[in-house]
This record gives sequence, structure tokens and C-alpha cells, in this order.
Amino acid sequence: MPVSETTTAETIREERGFSLRGFDPTLPVWIGAALFVVFLMLMPLGSIFVTSLYNESGLSLRNYLDVFTEPAYLKAIWNTLVISFWVGMIAVLIGALLGWLVTRTDLPFKRSVRALVMASFVTPPFLGAFAWTLLAGPNAGLLNNWYRSLTGTEGALFNIFTMEGLIFVMAIYSFPYVFSMIANVCELISSDLEDAANILGANKWKIALTITLPLTAPALLGGFIVAFLHSLSLFGAPAILGLPAGIHTITTQIWAFFQYPPRLDLAAAFSVPLLLATVGFIALQKKMLGRKGYSTVGGKGGQKRLLRLGKLRYPALLLVLVVLSFSVFLPYWILLKAALSKAWAMPLTLDNFTWGNFSFAFFEYNDTQAAIVNTFKLGILTATAGTLVATLLAYITNRQLLRGSRYLVFFILAPLVIPGIVLAVGLFIAYTRPPIVLYGTVWILFIAYLTKEMPIGYSQTESTFKSIHPELEDATRIIGANRLRALKDVTVPLARSGLIAAWSFIFIGVIRELSASILLFTPSSKVVSVVIFDLKEEGQIGAIAVLGILLLAVSFLVILAVQWLVGRDVFMGRGRE
Amino acid sequence: MKQSVGLLTIALLLVSASGSFAQDAALVDAAKKEKKVIWYTSLAIPSSTAFAHFFMKKYPEIDVEVHRAGSQRVLQRVMQEADAGIKNVDVVHTSDAGHFTLLKDKGLIMKYVPKSSEPFPAGFKDSGGYYYGLRATLSVIAYNPKIIADKDAPKTWKDLLNAKWRGKEVTAHPGYSGIIMTHVLALVKQFGWEYFQELAKNKVHITQSANDPAGVVASGERPVGVNGAEYFYYKTLKQGNPLKIVYPKEGVPLVVSPTAIAAAAPHPNAAKLFTEYILTKESQQVLADKEGLYTGHPEVTYPKDKPLLKDLKLLTVDADELQKRNEEIKKRFTEFFGA
Repeated sequence: MPVSETTTAETIREERGFSLRGFDPTLPVWIGAALFVVFLMLMPLGSIFVTSLYNESGLSLRNYLDVFTEPAYLKAIWNTLVISFWVGMIAVLIGALLGWLVTRTDLPFKRSVRALVMASFVTPPFLGAFAWTLLAGPNAGLLNNWYRSLTGTEGALFNIFTMEGLIFVMAIYSFPYVFSMIANVCELISSDLEDAANILGANKWKIALTITLPLTAPALLGGFIVAFLHSLSLFGAPAILGLPAGIHTITTQIWAFFQYPPRLDLAAAFSVPLLLATVGFIALQKKMLGRKGYSTVGGKGGQKRLLRLGKLRYPALLLVLVVLSFSVFLPYWILLKAALSKAWAMPLTLDNFTWGNFSFAFFEYNDTQAAIVNTFKLGILTATAGTLVATLLAYITNRQLLRGSRYLVFFILAPLVIPGIVLAVGLFIAYTRPPIVLYGTVWILFIAYLTKEMPIGYSQTESTFKSIHPELEDATRIIGANRLRALKDVTVPLARSGLIAAWSFIFIGVIRELSASILLFTPSSKVVSVVIFDLKEEGQIGAIAVLGILLLAVSFLVILAVQWLVGRDVFMGRGRE
Repeated sequence: MKQSVGLLTIALLLVSASGSFAQDAALVDAAKKEKKVIWYTSLAIPSSTAFAHFFMKKYPEIDVEVHRAGSQRVLQRVMQEADAGIKNVDVVHTSDAGHFTLLKDKGLIMKYVPKSSEPFPAGFKDSGGYYYGLRATLSVIAYNPKIIADKDAPKTWKDLLNAKWRGKEVTAHPGYSGIIMTHVLALVKQFGWEYFQELAKNKVHITQSANDPAGVVASGERPVGVNGAEYFYYKTLKQGNPLKIVYPKEGVPLVVSPTAIAAAAPHPNAAKLFTEYILTKESQQVLADKEGLYTGHPEVTYPKDKPLLKDLKLLTVDADELQKRNEEIKKRFTEFFGA
């Protein structure tokens, strides 16, 4: 919904259309930005479709036939669907419960709980999966060792190298998405309806179940879809936990198609259904959320009162802490321990203590330094370029500067539904041969990250622009500034905190990216996540822990810096959509 | 007569010595100008890193960039880069001999006969002069003695099929590791595919690299390694981890891992110098002493607690056959083991 109330001057200008006298000198900038984003999307997606339709004998549907008749590939698809379904369910359960507890009840230590949910959100799932191999490997995992020494039995409490283990790990890193959606909705529901129910004699639990829960239903479904899609697109966690148990998923299978001799045609044919499925889910979500009849979730007016948990206050906190210990405390602790010890499974005594993992990771193994430089260079570059482009695009669509802005939004948001590895397949095909050869340089990663992070940067900047009335800009333009100047001198300074948030979202997204990088890197353009994955394949536990801690530390530093700059929590509060 | 032969020999030796010296100096100079050499290798990360540091100590002007991945992944990189016209790699080293017949056929590696390769036996040299065996690795059984008593431990490949090892075994993957690719072919030739079909029934934990099982066995996550790089087991053992290595009497797969220079090497002289260096007795001795590897160099001595190759029954496979059956091996392994 554009908020812009066009001024007379603007109406006149727009009526003139593209006549020479009224030519807007900034028009090329808008058109350029629009074409850029369309090109960004069409190249990889077009390449996938075209490649999927060709095999050695020319145009044919043979690839699709091959992909969908081979039992091993069908199994991978089935595994993915089962895993994603359960990840969605569990993520909704945890995310909704925590979101509700934090926003609608008098749960103690809410701020800390929010901060920890954010820590789960920032933790790359592949790192979490790696940590869980140390915690819950059936025979040597520390939790299983404790369990055995406590009970004296021989069995294992958990085996993380199973379908269930994989679902568990993916769910504890998907629930923050649901959490933020539910928390947003819960913060918008006024207590009017709940009060009405109260007057009619319902008790607080009945209210929560019959009033609040149904009001959040669309968000719950939306949350399920987001968690489902998130899980569908993950590569690292299934590779680390699934492959050792002989479980392939769609993403690991696509990755396997790249082994020599590469089957790009099959990879493309395998990607198309994944793409269509995600598009279908997003359409479904839009339809469900777009339905009328939830106007009570409108926002303004009405006061919100917190449900008193009473005796359940501390048990509820305990439950929350258990969940967070799965996603944060335990994994972080084992990473720190592995980074500092010679043998990770032994107690961290003075004998077992070493800085060796740090010196090996940073100074001896030469991949690391280059990868760290690449990672942060790409993070800063992508975040800066991404924020700039997203700002221009949000401005175009928000102020409707171009005809067809609505369609532009489709291209901007499309990467949201494209799993990173599918995007990478497209980019790989598109940019490894002339006219544009980017493969082998960091630029192909830059393009991948820019495309992938564009929807997030855009939603951030767009929602910021929505809240800024165009009056001030109009004033500037009346005294002679063109649109670009007005944008630069007036709107952007007002939107400062939103733009900083967009920048840091993109930055953190980039430095933890694995699923696209794993197909697009070459040894001269390695990034930290890929180095971690390489080290994992050889079981170099100490070095992985060191690099994982580096990624986490940098992410948290960025978040703290942003909070200090902006003065509020921009990550887990309102505004993250 | 006798004397003249002796003189001739000495003269020849002198000529060749001074000749080679002059040539080496020219090579070293040219290599120094190129400043670095980029090495794609499947040698374990700590070993390849240490090896690069030895070279850099001798030639501080030349930087060795090590990019380590599993053999199959190294080949994938080399081929992807060749297809995209990227010239990045100087020296390629994997544990899948089949890769080198492929690379040679495609014209992706350079003919170069290092002086230091002279003492190596035929099995370590390509007759065309394109590639050389940098090291020899055995694929063996290993177990964790803290968990499994020596008398119960598996002694033969067939012992691994026993149902008592269900959920206790770990294997590396032929789709990643050249050592395991060779291992699988060697055992298939011995026992047929039924062997792996049986083995898969024991719900074997799958790692990627042939070096990874060492950590898995040592930590006790899976107390029996049904294959894996012997040198890495040995290194892990020497670090004080609970490990025992078994060299099955039915035969031990011997993997000769070749090294070659890329035809389009961006630093060809540094690549040649590096190749010269890694085949010298000095370097090969380092591989044996510090990394526990076997080598083709006849003068290299081995740690006392390692068996000599000549005392083992070795299983070897033909590089051409390895290349031809590569696809089949990956496919059947995946079929049996799931991934």
C-alpha cells in the first residue's frame, strides 16, 4: 500500500508522462536499477529452465524422466518432504510458544530470552549441526556419555545421525523465523476481544486457546510455511548429519550431481520442481494471510495486558531455557571446548588445554586467512551494494516512480523462494561460459549473495520508507532538488536506522552462507563456511570450532554495534518480516 | 679396460652433475620470479600444510598455496576450472590413479621428467613421463582398543561382515576419497560386490575423507574402521589416541597417489621446482618420518613400528580399470550404503 499522497506538482509532472520538457533527469537511475534486478533474476532462472530441457540429443524431457524415475532420487525428494514437514511442525510449536510467552505473558527475563532467540537465529545451522555431532553422536557424543555414566546402561539417549536427529537440529534453527512472525502478530493484537471473553466468564487459559490462538492462526500457518521452506533449502545440516547415515536430501543430491563427471542437466531438472514447490507454498501463504476477517490484528488502539502465568512463571522459563540450551548453550559450550582442547571428548583440564587449534586455523592452514579476507570483503561489499540497490528499489516501488512497479516487486522478492543451492546451479550455468564469465572469481559469489539477500534488504528498507511521509521530499523538490538529491539528503537520513538494519541483516546473511557458496567457490575464492565444510569432511574438529566461533563472534559484534548505533533491537523486534 | 670404464663413469657423473646443477639454478631462478605455486592435493590437511612449510623453508621466496580436498573433489575442481577456462592450479595430486589417465587423455597435464624421479621404480612413474607416485597409502582396518579387546577385534576383511559389528563400523566414501575408490575396487575384485552388500547391512556410518575414520574410531563414535588411510590412523595413534591398526592377511589395498603439473599451470617453473623437491629423498623421508606414509623412493627408511611393504600382501589395481569403473563404483556404493 503506497502511502504517498501525491502533490499537485507531482500529479502534473506525472500527467506529462515522458514528454521532453518534463523529463525527469533521475529517470535513468530508476530504470537502471529496475533492469539490474530483473537481469539478476532472469539469468540464473532462465539458465536452469533451458539446461533442464536439453540433453546430448537436443531438446527433450529426458532429464525430467531420469530424475523422476530413479528410486535414489525419489527417495531424496521423499526424505526432504518428510524432514521439512516435521521441521515446520516443531518450529511452529516452539516458535509460537516462545513468541507468545515473550509478548503476552509476564515471563521473567524476557529481554534475555529474546536475545537468546536471536543467537539461535544468527547461528549458522551447519555449525549447529556440527556441534550436535559432538554432543549426540550415539557412541562418543558427550550427552550420551553422561547418560551412560548416570544410568549405567550401554545404549544411547540420542543418535543425531538419524532422520529424527536431523529434524531436531533443523527445527531448533528454524523456530526463530516462526518466533518473530508470532511475536509480531501477538504484539499487534489488542486485549479488547480477550476482555470481552473475560466479561463473559472465560478464564485466562480458555481465552488464550479460544481467542488469541485463532487470531494468530494465519501467522502460525505462515510460520509453518517459512520454516518448511527454510528447511527445504538447507544444505549444510543434511550434509553433516544425513550423509553419514546414508540419507540424501534434495540439496545434497543436487550437490552430488556436480561431482565429476558433472550432470548439470540433471541438477537443473532436479531444481525445477523444488522451485515450483516453493513458489506454490509462497502463493498459498499469501492467500491465507491475505484473507480478510482478521482485522482485529490491525494494530492501533486498544491496550494490551499481559497474562499472569502465576505458579507457572518459572516452569515456563525453565521450558524456554531447555529449548535455548539445545540451540545455543550446549552447542556454544561444546564449540568452545573443542576449540580449546587437544581431545574434545576429554575434560578440559590443564593437560588437555591448547591454543594449537587457533594457531593452526589462523596461521598454519593457509586456506583460512584468504577465506576470512574473502568472507568479510564479500560481506561488506554485498551489504553495502545490497542496501544501496534495495534503497533505490524500495524508493521506486514505494513512490511508484515507474509503471509496472508491482511486477518489479515480484522480481525483487523472487529469491525468497529460491533455495540457495538452486540459485547457485543457475548462476553456475549462467556465468561459467561467455559472454559473462564470473566463475573462478569472488564476483560470482557477490552476485549470488546480492540476489539471495535482496528480498531481506528490500523488506527492511521498504517498511522504513512506508513510515516516512513524502512531504519533506516534496518540499525539497519544490525548492529545486531532483528526486535523487531529495532521496539522499532527506529520506535516507530519516531512514537511517532501517538502512543500518538492512545492511547488518545482509552482512550476517552473507558471512554464514553455505548452500550457494559450496557450488560456486573455487580454491582462489573460498569463504569461511566452505573452509569449515572442507575441514568437516576430514574431521578437523578443533579448527572447525575455532572458525565457527569466529563467525559467531563477528555476527554478535555487528549486532551489538547496530544496537548501539540505532539505540534499539532491530533484529528480533517489530519490522522483521 | 676396467679403468677406462671407471673413468668414463666418473666423467659422465661429473657432466650430469654439473649439468643438472646449472639447470637447477636456472629453474630455481625462474621459479623465484613466479613467487608462488598452487597445489591442489588430497594429502591430509596437517600433512600437506606441513609439507608446504618444508618447501617454503628451503625456498622462502616461493609461497605454496595448499588447497586440500578429497581426491574426487580435487578432480571436480580441476575439470570445472578447465571447462570454464580458468587457469589456477599448478600441481595436482590425488589418490585416484584413474584421474591421471583421464587428465593425460584430455591434455590437462604436462609432460615433465623430474631429475629426482630417477630412483623411483616403474610402478611409481608414468611411462610417458606425465605423472609420478608421490606417496603410497594403505587402506586398512582399525579399531579402538579401549572399547574392543584385542582378541575380539576383526582380523580380516571378512570379519567385518559379522553382525556383531552392526552400528559399530565407519567407512569413508569412494565418491570423495581416491584411497577408498581404490580400496573398493581392490576388494570387489577379491570378493565381488556381495562383500559390500553384506557390509552395508551393518549400518555403517559414512564419512567422506579416508582420513576422517581415524577420529571417529579414536573418539569411540564407531569403534571399528572398515577402511581408511593407514598413515592417518598411524598419525592419530602416535598422538596418543586409542587406536590399533590391522593389516589383513587376505591382502592390503595399496594406493599409489600420483602428482602431475597442470598443462596450463600459471606458475610452471615453480611447479617444476616443487615437483622436483617433493620427489627428493629428503622430502620423501619427511613423508615417512613425520606423516607415517610409504613412498616409492628406494632409499627411504621407515619407523620401526610400521610393517615393511615387502612383508605385506599388497592388492593393487590398474589405473585404466579404475578410471573406467569409477562411475559404477560410486553408483553401487551409493545404492548399498544410501549416500
